[in-house]
Amino acid sequence: MSERFHDITLTVNGEDVRERVDARKTLVDFLREDLSLTGSHVGCEHGVCGACTVRVDGVVVRGCLMLAVQCDGARVETIEGVSDQGEIADLQTAFETRNALQCGYCTPGMLLTAQELLARGGVPSRDEIRAHISGNYCRCTGYQAIVDAVEAVAQSRAGGRR
Amino acid sequence: MKPAPFAYERARSLDHAIELMGVEDARLLAGGQSLIATLNMRLSRPQLIVDINRVPGLDRIALSNGQIEIGALVRYAQGERSAEIATHAPLIAKALPFIGHPAIRNRGTIGGSIAFGDPAAELPACFVALDGEAVMAGPSGTRVVKADAFYKGLFESALTTRDVLTAIRIPAATGETRTGFAELARRHGDYAMVGLAATARAAGKALGDVRLVFFGVGTTPVRVRAAEAALAAGDIDAAVKAVAIDLDPPDDVQARGAVKRQLAGVLLQRVARQLMGEEA
Repeated sequence: MSERFHDITLTVNGEDVRERVDARKTLVDFLREDLSLTGSHVGCEHGVCGACTVRVDGVVVRGCLMLAVQCDGARVETIEGVSDQGEIADLQTAFETRNALQCGYCTPGMLLTAQELLARGGVPSRDEIRAHISGNYCRCTGYQAIVDAVEAVAQSRAGGRR
Repeated sequence: MKPAPFAYERARSLDHAIELMGVEDARLLAGGQSLIATLNMRLSRPQLIVDINRVPGLDRIALSNGQIEIGALVRYAQGERSAEIATHAPLIAKALPFIGHPAIRNRGTIGGSIAFGDPAAELPACFVALDGEAVMAGPSGTRVVKADAFYKGLFESALTTRDVLTAIRIPAATGETRTGFAELARRHGDYAMVGLAATARAAGKALGDVRLVFFGVGTTPVRVRAAEAALAAGDIDAAVKAVAIDLDPPDDVQARGAVKRQLAGVLLQRVARQLMGEEA
């Protein structure tokens, strides 16, 4: 018989997690409510704003458009884990020094999305950066500084000048 | 909002998925990038979600008998990286970067878009423009339906509630194949106000077998046959006039109908230039 509640086993930021979840619980709600990982934010809940961006099996996804129960066996990474590993320390510094965050609500999603672009290597154009973060709303509308920060990190990782 | 309660089952195989879909009010979950949004908004309240993401064999891209077959679970991002799609299905390759945003393209599936049939989405229009075929499996076996007969109404297609779309097949591009794609959206990755997918066959300096399919202008992808004939005759102005007469887009959240009709003519001019090879 088909059930509402399921046991899932996954890794979150490298730690093994075993929980019983209601099938209707989205991944971002599971991370925030069950695991107290509140760095991923809940915005629009229909995939438009990007505040809930997390990584599943190495790629960014909308945390509101995936069910926790689907993540059985998956490798989930949130801003907490990616931040602690130091993987995006330079990007975080650039956001800070260039004032690329104001209220900070969009920032975790912006960082993870930008990192996926930067991880491809090379120096993307400003248009490519804008297209890549087009799915992440900043309602303080500080996009200029965000693009500046991402561009600067791309240049510095490529060994160029700031 | 949060979804209403539902039961969840992970299909182990295609047969298992078809069996599970026999329950009343079950919905298939593929990439989930439309379905889970509608669940969250409680626009959809199924009793059972049947997750086909781990059904083996549905994520292949294969070339055979002059057709390219794209498995229903091929994700947009996978399609963007596919050399087969770039070579043999260039229209799909042109359209994929316009769909949603990176995080959406990492999850969303080509089959999901075709099966859901959002009239404002890119791939259903491409599917019709490419004169493709839908391969579907149901309780009584496998069926193949041509794209022109696939969409029947708003979110309504040849798929029944018991069918699983397993793949689409499209004719592989040849040296004579011409394709064109353009859309206008308020933000890159949002649903377009209006868009156009097109294919043709180059015949010397002229075009043959022109197929022009607009999206975001009606309840299904919309073919404009009078404009197709005008373009085949080499008359872009007549094609634009025909579009203005034949299209009657309703107002929606993206734009008013009159705006969409005007923009449709603009897109037609751009796409006509792509078909005529003036723009790669």
